[in-house]
Amino acid sequence: MRNTIVSLLAVVFGLLAGAILMAVTGHNPIEGYTYLMQGGLKNTERLGNTLATATPLIFTGLSVAFAFRTGLFNIGAAGQMLIGGLCATAIGLTFDWPRTVLLAAMVLAGFIGGAVWAFLPGLLKAKYNVHEVVSTIMLNWIAFWTVNYAVPAYFKAESLETESRILPEAATLRVPGLTEMFDGSYINLGIFLGLIAVIVMAFLIDRTTLGYELKAVGFNRHAAEYGGIAVNRSIVVSMLISGGLAGLGGMVQYTGNAANIQIGILPSQGFDGIAVALLGANSPVGVLLAAIFFGLLYSGRGFMNAMTEVPPEIADSIIAIIIYFAATSILIERLVRRFKGRLPLNRSGTAPQQGKGE
Amino acid sequence: MYVKFVGGLFIPSFLEEEILSMDYAVEMLGIRKEFPGVVANDDITLQLKRGEIHALLGENGAGKSTLMGILFGMYQADRGTIRVNGKEVRIANPNVANRLGIGMVHQHFKLVDTFTVTENIILGSENSRWGFVLDTRSASRRIAELSRRYGLNVDPDAKIEDISVGMQQRVEILKMLYRNADVLILDEPTAVLTPQEIQELGAILKNLIQEDKSIILITHKLKEIKAFADRCTVIRRGKTVGTVEVAAASEAAMAEMMVGRQVSFKVEKKPASPGDAVLQIDSLSVKNNKQVLGLNGVSLEVRSGEIVGIAGVEGNGQSELVEAVTGLRKTESGGIRLKGKDISGLSIRDRNESGIGHIPEDRHKRGLVLDYTLAENMVLEVYHRDPFSRNGILNKSAIRSYAERIIGSYDVRSGQGAASVARSLSGGNQQKAVIGREIEGDPDLLIAVQPTRGLDVGSIEYIHKRLIEHRDRGKAVLLISLELDEVLNVSDRIAVLNNGELIGVVEASETNENELGLMMAGVRKGETA
Repeated sequence: MRNTIVSLLAVVFGLLAGAILMAVTGHNPIEGYTYLMQGGLKNTERLGNTLATATPLIFTGLSVAFAFRTGLFNIGAAGQMLIGGLCATAIGLTFDWPRTVLLAAMVLAGFIGGAVWAFLPGLLKAKYNVHEVVSTIMLNWIAFWTVNYAVPAYFKAESLETESRILPEAATLRVPGLTEMFDGSYINLGIFLGLIAVIVMAFLIDRTTLGYELKAVGFNRHAAEYGGIAVNRSIVVSMLISGGLAGLGGMVQYTGNAANIQIGILPSQGFDGIAVALLGANSPVGVLLAAIFFGLLYSGRGFMNAMTEVPPEIADSIIAIIIYFAATSILIERLVRRFKGRLPLNRSGTAPQQGKGE
Repeated sequence: MYVKFVGGLFIPSFLEEEILSMDYAVEMLGIRKEFPGVVANDDITLQLKRGEIHALLGENGAGKSTLMGILFGMYQADRGTIRVNGKEVRIANPNVANRLGIGMVHQHFKLVDTFTVTENIILGSENSRWGFVLDTRSASRRIAELSRRYGLNVDPDAKIEDISVGMQQRVEILKMLYRNADVLILDEPTAVLTPQEIQELGAILKNLIQEDKSIILITHKLKEIKAFADRCTVIRRGKTVGTVEVAAASEAAMAEMMVGRQVSFKVEKKPASPGDAVLQIDSLSVKNNKQVLGLNGVSLEVRSGEIVGIAGVEGNGQSELVEAVTGLRKTESGGIRLKGKDISGLSIRDRNESGIGHIPEDRHKRGLVLDYTLAENMVLEVYHRDPFSRNGILNKSAIRSYAERIIGSYDVRSGQGAASVARSLSGGNQQKAVIGREIEGDPDLLIAVQPTRGLDVGSIEYIHKRLIEHRDRGKAVLLISLELDEVLNVSDRIAVLNNGELIGVVEASETNENELGLMMAGVRKGETA
């Protein structure tokens, strides 16, 4: 409940700050926001595009949120996305299997690619206590250069040096039914994969012994160790799952929203995943909603730019401000508390209820 | 008009307080403090005479800390007046308290380990006195002089990490004297001291009051009140029960005031009838966090149907011993056998399953996942077993009903029962939950480390009963405690650790505090100190 209020306030503050930004730069905020919303929601095609834009964010958001829930900060979703996307693309370009088999293999390859990329930081953390922020962010660049090498070397497009060949239709997540339903939008099966991932993660985190173990390690690894949970194994498993989710994000990005993989880009969705996770308060449903909200902002941005004088950088600034408010949710929480008329108490402030001598 | 201070008598009216004010160093009159949902202090009155040691006695959660927090400026009272030397004051923050000559020694010392005594003492008041050139020499001289005057025997140039805990406490006391405090608040000062150090502290306190200092002693140890204090104010559930002359009140009477019912101090138990060895430790050596041997060649046996207590000052190998037996720490050499089976290579979980229960020293670090609910915490070691989960899927209703059973039979009080987040419980209730969980597993060997740490008399009595019940069911209990009384009262045999070595094992019925105190200081039986 409190998390919901904090997230909503972050959105409201972000939008307000964006409005001020627009007003200061001499634009009409109401007009700007109207076009921003219209750009994302106006017709079924735009709605479809919003959902499609949100799809990779669902996965990277879940990836980061899952890591957070288990006490890890996976900042390497971008690299995991790239490797997942590369593996899925490789399967799609190489094999000529029936479509269901091919897509299933690509999903698997995407998951495994991302998982392997996160396995290494997990192992380093478990064995040598190397901080995962450092090791995952460095692996981002290794992934970046791996793609830069592998795509031109093995999957080069006829004419372009910087892209892989276009995937055959059977090897993409686009289906004619969906495209037609959304009037030619690039929405694809990825959104359903995303919904499934949300449900699976919610179940895993909340209902299984694995989720119980991983969360226990995240909250208090000493108590988890005391309870007989294999702490190091949990860290590795947790990174595997987190990386796998990001890898799937790459798969839906490069074989769903796009139809090939490009070199020279570290996908921004990887980092936006952090913001999505924060705004979604690390809950699967929260991540879903936050991802759709971000998708709306990103896909409405172009329309706002076309219809008004507001530059797209303003939309990016608004997104950045919202991220900022979400990331500093502690401040907002304090504000909420003050509004409720409660003064913040430090721990000893609750001394009447708490035991002494801790 | 005069007022006598005999058992439980209040100072009757406001007017008399006015007249008497001159004699008091500090008066807190009709203090009320409310936190959301709780009245922590309700019309509490505490009057500290100049030159007396005044004990503040109360159970956990009675409101002692809040009251002292108000005096030290950490909270503001909602109602009531505070007077210092007869003048009404507003203490807005600890700096104001310091200026008024009120100083506090917290239970956990606030010292920088790598600094010298002098550097620690001047910390926070260094710049204002000497500009930006730090002059430790004159400070050091003044500290040495203060130390001599009050018989503290502190070396101003020693590093904190090199001196004993008792000495560190004196540094804290010196810190207040250095800041010209006249009123000293000591929060549970004896918790970390050996019996001999406690006696020395008593002597220091007497020196202090002779120099016209006034002392408030926060404690729940009645014996120390009897030994040190002149008067004692008892509070219960946020209200003053009364102020008594310590000389005229018995321990039992004060305990009754504190708890609100009669308390038995003597732990009732039958003589032990030990059976086969459950835990056999054979010349066990374990490294501590500094990578040196924290436990050195210790051999010990715990049999079924007996409680073996480990006495020792904190940090003499107790944690290493416990962690080696439970699997939390690697052993260097030596053997650990449980019911004859070597367990030294087993994982923590396998050791749990072979019949070890462990009430850990630090319930926040090890015992509980504070952000988990009580229900989730109650299955921390058994969640993977039927009926709590099947095929990796948790069975929440089985977990809830199991937790509710423990909550019910161990009287764990919480806001929302099994669904309460562990963090929201009071320390005593958290501890009862941990103890309930461990005993409910019916382990052949129960390792209880400081099971009553920070608990009040009523809860302590209850937990001791449970430990003895467990023994009487034919199980083995290994009790590690820093409270000598606890070890003496509950154990059947007592092993003493000093500096990682086993000094000796004695029968609880044939020893006394003095002998144990000497052993804790490293003097073997038969040697002279």
